[in-house]
Amino acid sequence: MEVLVILVPLAIMLGGAGLAGFLWSLKNGQYDDLDGAAWRAIADDEPVESKKG
Amino acid sequence: MQSTLDFSHYLRSTSEGLVHLDLAVDGINCAGCMAKIERSLAKIPDVTSARVNLTDRRLALEWKAGTIDPAMLIDRLAELGYKAYPFERESSETKEADRASSLLRRLGVAAFAAMNVMMLSVPVWSGNAGDMLPEQRDFFHWLSALIVLPAAAYSAQPFFSSAWSALRRRGVNMDVPISVGITLALAMSLFETATHAEHAYFDAAIMLIAFLLAGRYLDQNMRRKTRAFAGNLAALKAETATKFIDGEEIATVPVAAIQPGDIVLLRPGERSAVDGNVISGRSEIDQSLITGETLPKTVAAGSPVYAGTLVRTGVLRVRVSAASEETLLSEISRLLENALQSRSRYLRLAERASRLYAPVVHAAALLTMIGWLIAGASLHDSVITAIAVLIITCPCALGLAIPAVQTVASGSLFGSGVLLNSGDAIERLAEVDHVIFDKTGTLTLPELDVTNAAAVPADVFALAGRVALSSRHPVAAAVARAAKAAAPLAGFEEEPGQGVHGTLDGAEIKFGRPSFCDAEDKANEILSRDPEASVVAFRYGLSCHVFAVRQRLRPDAAAVVASLQRQGIGVEIVSGDREPAVRAAADSLGICEWRAEVTPVDKIARIEEITRWGSKVLMVGDGLNDAPALAAAYASMSPISATHMSQSVADAVFLGEQLAPVEAAVVLSRKARHLMRQNLWFAVIYNALAVPVAIAGLVTPLIAAAAMSGSSVLVILNALRARIRAKGAV
Repeated sequence: MEVLVILVPLAIMLGGAGLAGFLWSLKNGQYDDLDGAAWRAIADDEPVESKKG
Repeated sequence: MQSTLDFSHYLRSTSEGLVHLDLAVDGINCAGCMAKIERSLAKIPDVTSARVNLTDRRLALEWKAGTIDPAMLIDRLAELGYKAYPFERESSETKEADRASSLLRRLGVAAFAAMNVMMLSVPVWSGNAGDMLPEQRDFFHWLSALIVLPAAAYSAQPFFSSAWSALRRRGVNMDVPISVGITLALAMSLFETATHAEHAYFDAAIMLIAFLLAGRYLDQNMRRKTRAFAGNLAALKAETATKFIDGEEIATVPVAAIQPGDIVLLRPGERSAVDGNVISGRSEIDQSLITGETLPKTVAAGSPVYAGTLVRTGVLRVRVSAASEETLLSEISRLLENALQSRSRYLRLAERASRLYAPVVHAAALLTMIGWLIAGASLHDSVITAIAVLIITCPCALGLAIPAVQTVASGSLFGSGVLLNSGDAIERLAEVDHVIFDKTGTLTLPELDVTNAAAVPADVFALAGRVALSSRHPVAAAVARAAKAAAPLAGFEEEPGQGVHGTLDGAEIKFGRPSFCDAEDKANEILSRDPEASVVAFRYGLSCHVFAVRQRLRPDAAAVVASLQRQGIGVEIVSGDREPAVRAAADSLGICEWRAEVTPVDKIARIEEITRWGSKVLMVGDGLNDAPALAAAYASMSPISATHMSQSVADAVFLGEQLAPVEAAVVLSRKARHLMRQNLWFAVIYNALAVPVAIAGLVTPLIAAAAMSGSSVLVILNALRARIRAKGAV
């Protein structure tokens, strides 16, 4: 049962990483346009590189 | 016109020397549009970012400061076939969006905690049956507490704060039992853990929070969408006006910048965006949008002019009495504000029920505890049973029953082109069994159309359309629109009040009044057949043609009327327009009940008469003269082109050229009401069954939470049927 010492913190850390990722994506505006995002995934090719210079 | 529009109001500078502009784009409706717009705008040098938001139908643009004229970007979009309007996010919209994302964040935290606690709970449940050491169980319980307590403290805040503010006002709302249940369950679990007991209920509490948050988020997201759409509408409607800056100098400014007392210039073909009084000038004006009267009226100095009036012939100077803020945008936003706040009857019923519910539930829980104590159970067991009662009766199903259906139904109505103005509109629309239509602008399209297009050779028609582009007269605009003309001819001049003239390939071309083109005979011939029409003549060298222009019925009006009648809904026309016009419309639509030249007062009288017979009337109208009738009717709808006054009193506004949304509104509302009743009954039956079982002590708080969540999910799934059916029906 000593393995718990490693497994439990590891599991919580993984969960925490998931949460951090979710919060980051939320802050990044990834849930602002769910309809558009659904289509972007299957668009033929990416729109022309938007960052120039 | 467009190039003179001042964009500075809408531009925002970012820190990296870029300029940001938000545009509401009309016509984006698929992924193809998205890719097309983004690619073609990103090709423009110095545009650093062009991103379409397909949900909100908006475009965010960024470019290097000082390099591009925003008007050029709008022109580029117009070339692609999209009309774009600069817009400013309203504070209320930002607030809704913030609220939605805050709920999503809390939901994320609660879901994270729930998943991790489940991971700890499953071994405890299975271990309890087997060989788990008490120390291990305690360790897992403490770990759960460590995860759940902070997560619950954060994610349940919306419930706590809402319950607290209700309590402070000495009221009770649904969030009170929820908050008490959560707090008690957590406190009890903590106590159990500290006393090394077998069961803790952290998992149940956090799952409850996550489920409730999911429901709230869905609701909030719907509101956010409506709000964004309203913002776009406001941007689409935002007009410009020509204002006198000093004496004779004029400037084109956004109407938002017009104050009462300003003097504006109205030229032929322009629609007034303000209410005011004519100072000088003389013109025929078309007030059909306001009064329903299709014959033009002549105004001179001293006459009032209302927002929505179309100036037909002369140039007017108008002193503004009410600026657009009071007549237009604010009206629309206020409307939607009301819509979101006004609660439906069933919703009110559900809320009343839950207000009554909270004390009953708490009393029941308390009595259960006391009862078990008296019966000889331990304090610990009694409290556990009481918590189970509290959780299982958590009025989620009852609270979700109506809003869930409303959310889904208003979503499908939205998809059919109906925008609800008031929350209880769905239930009232559902009960309607008699529809009264206004004619002008409701059964007919607000814009004029050429009726004798077939009688004119196609090449002449196309040429006339291009010539007509040089005129701003509404009748000329109708010809240009009907001919689908896009390229104006060079060298044509407009003679005010007469028409347009110029030369093409050596032949003289004239387009305008029949007298201007020597075509009075042909014009009189048309007028003798159709006295309602406006005529405009076109002379090209020796050939001469006359166009008859009038308001056209909505393309699907006859089909919608027939379909309504098939469903046993009475249909009639009550119009302020003259008899021949109304008779013609009624004949072609197959409506036998019609009334012409009806005053606003008589419209109300007619509605009251029908109401006395026991019918529930849906009034569909657009003019200012319809506004009182719209308010008097049991339910009401207006087209989006209606006057602001009418839109503000109507229960629902419909979009587009079609009349089909009126039928869709009735059909979908009926379905929604059916589902609402089902859901309410379901919630009542669920509670009637579950509560006695819980009081009897047969349910642990965990099972209670599962049952409660299960009932909520069932209610939501049932509500979703409003959407599935709608797709088949419309």
